[in-house]
Amino acid sequence: MLEILLDATVRAGTPILFATLGAIINERAGIINLGIEGLMLIGALSGFAATFASGSLFLGVVAAFVAAFIAGSIHALICVQLRGNQIVSGLALTLFGVGITALFGRGLVGQTIEGFERHAVPLLAQLPLVGKAFFNQDWLIYFSFLLVIAIWFFLYHSRWGLNLRTVGENPTAADACGIPVNLYRFLAVACGSGFVGIGGAYLSLVYTPMWIENMTAGRGWIAVALVIFASWSSFRALGGAYLFGGVTAMQLRFQAMGTTVSVHILQMLPYIFTIVVLVISTLRLQKGASQQPGNLGLPYDREDRK
Amino acid sequence: MPNLLQLQHIRKTFPGVVALDEVSFTIAAGEIHTLLGENGAGKSTLMNVLTGFYAPDQGNILLDDQPVRFASPRESLSQGIGMVYQHFMLVPAHSVLENILVALQNVPLLFPRRQLREKIAQTIADFGLELDLDSPVWKLSIGAQQWIELIKLLMRDCRLLILDEPTAVLTPQEAAKLFKVLAKLKQQGKSIIFISHKMREVMEISDRVTILKKGRSVTTLESGEFDQNRLAALMIGNDRIPEWQKSLPFSDELVLEIENLAVRNDRGLADLDNFSLQLKKGEILGIAGIAGNGQKALAEALTGLARVDSGKVLAAGADITRSCARSSYIAGIAHIPEDRKAIGIAPDLSLDENLILKSFRSARFRNGFFQSRRAIRQNAQEKIEQFAIKAGPSGSPVRLLSGGNIQKVIIARELSERPQVLVALYPTRGLDIGSAEYVHKVIAEGAGDGMSTILISEDLDELYKISDRIAVIFRGQLVGYVDPATASREQIGLMMSGEVPA
Repeated sequence: MLEILLDATVRAGTPILFATLGAIINERAGIINLGIEGLMLIGALSGFAATFASGSLFLGVVAAFVAAFIAGSIHALICVQLRGNQIVSGLALTLFGVGITALFGRGLVGQTIEGFERHAVPLLAQLPLVGKAFFNQDWLIYFSFLLVIAIWFFLYHSRWGLNLRTVGENPTAADACGIPVNLYRFLAVACGSGFVGIGGAYLSLVYTPMWIENMTAGRGWIAVALVIFASWSSFRALGGAYLFGGVTAMQLRFQAMGTTVSVHILQMLPYIFTIVVLVISTLRLQKGASQQPGNLGLPYDREDRK
Repeated sequence: MPNLLQLQHIRKTFPGVVALDEVSFTIAAGEIHTLLGENGAGKSTLMNVLTGFYAPDQGNILLDDQPVRFASPRESLSQGIGMVYQHFMLVPAHSVLENILVALQNVPLLFPRRQLREKIAQTIADFGLELDLDSPVWKLSIGAQQWIELIKLLMRDCRLLILDEPTAVLTPQEAAKLFKVLAKLKQQGKSIIFISHKMREVMEISDRVTILKKGRSVTTLESGEFDQNRLAALMIGNDRIPEWQKSLPFSDELVLEIENLAVRNDRGLADLDNFSLQLKKGEILGIAGIAGNGQKALAEALTGLARVDSGKVLAAGADITRSCARSSYIAGIAHIPEDRKAIGIAPDLSLDENLILKSFRSARFRNGFFQSRRAIRQNAQEKIEQFAIKAGPSGSPVRLLSGGNIQKVIIARELSERPQVLVALYPTRGLDIGSAEYVHKVIAEGAGDGMSTILISEDLDELYKISDRIAVIFRGQLVGYVDPATASREQIGLMMSGEVPA
């Protein structure tokens, strides 16, 4: 019973994990991206369409990354090059994503594909309790584990990561040190968006291997909240995403068990949980334990007279 | 000596403003070249052109007699031009090591910290500094942060170092140490552009001085050709320096008493710890101390901006410890804050509106339910005349004024309600001689009318000149009082580093 619940937790948490990691990369460069929901939808549709057309799941994942990368580049262009308002641009990106996927996805509604299969990792999958949940999964989930470690390593043990963190904390200082601020910001936004797209593709390639209009159902917004909860750390993002996945898995379980509680109340649980998480992490932020990048949300203009 | 850098006819404009008009001078290899000028004369703009932050509209820059063009700070830095900015270019949340690493070249891609740790530690030790490489920068004193900036540039082998008011954050002893390091660098053939308003220092270390005025380079003087008076005269030109007289001896009546005050900052550390102070009527009490030793917390606690953890503040016998900013003001305390643009003014509002921020509720400025535009405008005109504010076009945002004029706006607003106590935090920092004198004049005249002033400053010359008494603060505690008429600079310097006088 617990094993099944854990397994469902990981599967429900993974799309949000990808999205949160992508958003963290954005925000580490100092750019807020509220377009996560739209990017996930773009990733979900392009991933599904590519796989449906080619029959290759791998191509689907690549297509999701590329499509979200391109969509994210619009946000980067507006926020980095043109120094526009990040909040407005991000919201527009979400609206754009919802609209364009509804339009182009019409022909794909009702189609099905063969989703990713499970591959057990030898030895590790035999661990009691956690073995099956974490190591008898699909390739995308293993990739998410790798990504968590890779982002941590990149940020704290590579020169490029140090430069990226400096750009997000104090772009003027980074510029004075000779770091190409706009290039770092652009790439961080575009690549981060690409990973968000893979999060969307997880929904349409694994979780429910089909295309449904607006299938992300607010998961992008939950990722935006989890970034704060995770204090911009990839490992804490993993914890946060699985916490959310756990709540989702539990409410599904309750439904399956046939409780008398209304389904609508149960479906609310993950979102109520998000609100609680935001309240707790905001309280923590106010206590000064902030890990927030110093210049988050502010455009950088070299010639701006402050 | 060969010329390292030549600036020819540099011009830089911003929308509606000519920041640099006609600037030409040369820096020789191995010289300390001081740049003097009032606020708004264009020093910062010029340095931003040199460091590649601003692209000049016209003019040439020659490096080693070759024309160069700096499209970004990266290019300027790679040519060996580095700057210690007045607002440091450090990331407070990153460690000392990371802050230095980010500025270096040829840093290995992976595990950069591990690989360069030894070399950086060695350089720091060479300077006789003790810095914890893993400590986040915000935990360090401002003086230490400045050393990090300098070390960054030296590890990059910069041949032209620009220092923007470096001694503002140092004790006299630390400044002396900095000058020794600068002299050593000069011997190694490095050139230094030194910016300072403190005439004593300019006289001490400059080989040559170039004077900037209103965006033009007026003249360059060789060592021996200048003295303090000549420099001051050239800087100010025809502008009149206001004259003032120090007030009469103050009375013994206490207007403000601080008893065992403790204030903790956002990070839970003590900014003020068991701090006590007494202020008498009509007195100008100077507070000496290195920046970051609790001065800001003191000003904020007095004006109700910071929460007091324990202790008492009594104004004219009334306990105002737990009052909010507004009721503090009613109790008669005015505030000239440290960060003018952030908390001194509402940057995007007009001059007229900024001048009534504290008295907008007064019936004078109202017409029943509405604001009285005419009364507000008239008030502004009075203040512009009274305080000699050089205001821009009516209605334009106040942030476009120069630093000196913004300070005058703040002072005009704060003093308009005849306060009993004025808390002034670095009121002349970054101001030119004319504006600084004006601030002193206003404070001295206020003292004559019975206003008491707490003048927090890092410039000992200023404190000596205007204070009736000087209190020294160190790590949030009062070290003691001295009489400026008898105390030596060395004595105050020692007290500023925490040594209690015998």
